Amino acid sequence: MAEIEKTVPEVAEGAAARGESTREGELYAMPPVDIFEKEDALYVLADLPGVKPDGLAVNVENGVLTIEGKVEREEKAGYLRREFALTSFYRQFRIAETIDTERIKAALKNGVLHLTLPKIERAKARRIPIET
Amino acid sequence: MNSFKPWQELERLRNDMDLMLDRYSGTTPWRLAFLPGRGARKYPQLNVIEDEARYEVEALAPGVDPDTITLSVQDNTLTISGEKKPAEDLRPEDYHRSERSVGKFVRSVQLPDHVDQDKVKAKYREGILTVVLEKSEAAKPRQIPVEVG
Repeated sequence: MAEIEKTVPEVAEGAAARGESTREGELYAMPPVDIFEKEDALYVLADLPGVKPDGLAVNVENGVLTIEGKVEREEKAGYLRREFALTSFYRQFRIAETIDTERIKAALKNGVLHLTLPKIERAKARRIPIET
Repeated sequence: MNSFKPWQELERLRNDMDLMLDRYSGTTPWRLAFLPGRGARKYPQLNVIEDEARYEVEALAPGVDPDTITLSVQDNTLTISGEKKPAEDLRPEDYHRSERSVGKFVRSVQLPDHVDQDKVKAKYREGILTVVLEKSEAAKPRQIPVEVG
């Protein structure tokens, strides 16, 4: 059980920006995510509305998964109602050593990032021959 | 051109008030740039933009199955409905985090003027639904030539 617990990516609280200005003066939002686990892999879904594939960067460095999505839009005039404004997204997760970072896959569809984080194939139990 | 348009100003004021009330009746009093937690407020969030000939309605709806999106227009009311489907074959215990809301939604928005029902265009890109509605001929501003005698 403890092992399963270890595969849960944790938010690096200090690193995840929630509507805060960064040094570049740009506003970032923390995208909502679903994380679920199947036998072979961990799956992350993140809502990134307005992010185009070339504005998206997914990195793994030192066991930290970073999702960064830039939104570029022309400013429009003549708003009668304005309930949302699109901002860029940023969020980080700590991922466990049991994830095979080489085989992480990412796809962007309908404004949702789909990440597949395959688990490392567990070393099989091996019988050690005893020399006599 | 900053001509004084009292009715438009009143309409704008009313919309601002609506927006303000919408905002403060929710769980968070500040602007959220993305879909908040489940059931927190109206979904999808909308922007309405007007120019002389048309209205543009933007709905923030990432992850909605495009086949489920339906639009209907009657007089000056646009109704958007659709479904954000949950991932299949998952047991509750498979989830480590569940922050994205899923489910069916429907929302209507009233536009200030009637629109032409036959000239409604919609596209769904990067999780944003954009609906362009042409104003009906009667609602468009018309320039009246002045005869000089």
